[in-house]
Amino acid sequence: MENIFINLATMIRDFLAGLGLSPTAVDIVMVSIQAISILVFLLLNVLFLVYLERKVSAYIQQRLGPNRVGPRGFFQTTLDVIKLLGKEDIVPDCADKWLFRLAPIAIFIPTMMVFAVVPFGENMIAVDLNIGIFYFVAIASTTVMAFIMAGWGSNNKYSLLGGMRTVAQMISYEIPLVFSLLGVVMITGSLKMSEIVAAQQNVWFIVSQPLAFIIFFIAATAELNRAPFDLPEGEQEIVAGPYTEYSGMRFALFFLAEYANMVAMSIIIVTVFLGGWHGPFLPSWLWVFIKMYLVITLFMWLRWTFPRIRVDHLMSLNWKVLLPLAIINIVITGVVIKVIQWF
Amino acid sequence: MLKEQCDITTQEFQLNMGPQHPSTHGVYRAILTLDGETVTNVENVMGYLHRGMEKIAENRNYTQFIPYTDRLDYIAPALNNWAYVGVVEKLMGLEVPERAEYMRVILGELQRIANHLVYVASFALDLNGFSAWMYMFRDREKILDLFEMVTGSRMTLNSMRIGGMPSEFPSEFIPALEKLLEELPGCFEEYDGIVTGNEIFHARTKNIGIMNAETIINYGIGGVNLRAAGLKYDLRKEMPYSVYDQFEFDIPIGEQGDCFDRYVVRMEEMRESIRIIKQAIAKMPDGPIMAKVPRIIKPSKGEAYFHIEGAKGWLGFYLVSDGSTNPYRLHIHAPSFVSLGAFPEMSRGTYIQDLVAILASIDIVLGEVDR
Repeated sequence: MENIFINLATMIRDFLAGLGLSPTAVDIVMVSIQAISILVFLLLNVLFLVYLERKVSAYIQQRLGPNRVGPRGFFQTTLDVIKLLGKEDIVPDCADKWLFRLAPIAIFIPTMMVFAVVPFGENMIAVDLNIGIFYFVAIASTTVMAFIMAGWGSNNKYSLLGGMRTVAQMISYEIPLVFSLLGVVMITGSLKMSEIVAAQQNVWFIVSQPLAFIIFFIAATAELNRAPFDLPEGEQEIVAGPYTEYSGMRFALFFLAEYANMVAMSIIIVTVFLGGWHGPFLPSWLWVFIKMYLVITLFMWLRWTFPRIRVDHLMSLNWKVLLPLAIINIVITGVVIKVIQWF
Repeated sequence: MLKEQCDITTQEFQLNMGPQHPSTHGVYRAILTLDGETVTNVENVMGYLHRGMEKIAENRNYTQFIPYTDRLDYIAPALNNWAYVGVVEKLMGLEVPERAEYMRVILGELQRIANHLVYVASFALDLNGFSAWMYMFRDREKILDLFEMVTGSRMTLNSMRIGGMPSEFPSEFIPALEKLLEELPGCFEEYDGIVTGNEIFHARTKNIGIMNAETIINYGIGGVNLRAAGLKYDLRKEMPYSVYDQFEFDIPIGEQGDCFDRYVVRMEEMRESIRIIKQAIAKMPDGPIMAKVPRIIKPSKGEAYFHIEGAKGWLGFYLVSDGSTNPYRLHIHAPSFVSLGAFPEMSRGTYIQDLVAILASIDIVLGEVDR
């Protein structure tokens, strides 16, 4: 059970080699298969997550949620996507054609790229870069561009307001996000994802870096534009922010991208703070999956409990609370590491 | 030279918070002038729901107009009915039997609770507290079930007649009502947990939209908005109408007239309404429920004004009669209309998000604003 995917990969590799392909060609085909399987994993998760969100929110609000389409409403998302595919594709007259059309696609690209360095289980990383966590941070910050493209390209004041808010929010909250990771990197001594997971063999980083975990979690909620930080799509004030002018499949892509980002961020939290694939009895990849879903449920729980935070409070929370705390965390971590080294 | 290059000017732009908007409480339009996220000016544009109620009144006879009053403030229709039949009774000099008055008090206060539940629910919803909204509407459903028991309708009640009440309460109404009154305080505690005690909610509503008592009086606003500013003024105590002088209840007031105070005062008022209903059930006498009213209602020539402490403020009807079966002129003093007049001043200099919170906190309903 443990090595089921690794064995599958080895079988495919042997099969391709047996066909008489050169090693380079085999490598190329293997990488494409890995990329496609990550994509399929991501999309299947996203489809399920939309359904999960609707059910979780329904049960928190004492109602049932989707329960007609399929067993317990399981196929609701699939049919919703099919419905959205059939909708008229409206591009506003004065919208910037290229920006407007590219934005929903541009939003998926960073999300998919992040999965290249994520350990799905023991020895199951697509590309084990020795700057793994740094790569994640760098790619995640390019997500902002899609929002600005949507906000500006829609030629709508509400969208522009939403786009501006998104940029301010996402750029600001990246800083505590990164700083809270530095404590983990200091203890591990490496930026490599597999080493970060290996360093958690005995004690998970959530225990040795609790402050960093809380800061990272809050900053991650802000990066994902999820409540209470969902100002960009603040329905009650700016209708739908950058997504206002989008209809049909383009809107569906934005919607799915939000959940795809959530999957990516959750799996990073699991890798960095929750011990990655470590765990007794069950196969390593199953542990990653379970922990990822626990984190996602926590995100959803927060969303349906809290009201939205105001723009200036958002900024002051970031610069006046999270950033100083993150710096204090780094200082304490450094001091403790040195003290332990002396003994 | 560097200083000149750094002189980037920004421009204010106008944003139309149009009649179609997720949080304008109806078809209300505001033309905002924004400087980035700060609102520099708000211009009210109302009238999208104008149905010509006052003109219609001139072409209907007095009893026919009662269902129309349901549709004014459609969140609290029983109180509208009350104010209207009250003014006709005042003009005709009718004395309503005591039992009917107590029934009116029970329905009116129950309606007040239902109205305030919608208020707190929409307030939470406008701040994106979805779950809170669901909980409050779930409890409002229980009240609407009671209304259906009495009048046959959940929302447009048509519950009062000129001279009394149309029919007795059904036998299962009072026990069901008492059961609900036992449950409600527990529900209020749930709301306190999820909304009133929430730090984000405090940050969004405290010191936002402050209106001191003097400004409110100058605008002519009454009701909860006035009490939230610290002034202890309630028509049920100052100019008691119906049988309100028989009941013992407190008037909750706020401290500084910000959004949070308006919210808290309404939560407290719901608790006071429960007190009043309990006393009314206990004290309700037996007797007729309808005064001796002629078949065709023709008040004598004259004019009268009658106002009640409505759920949103002072709800008043001004009636001019020329002795015929139809009113000559009926004017409706709608509290939401007056409150909305103060909205631009309250929201100047705040952020858009605060604007939404303030609009939610002054409790308007467009049916009343536009008539």
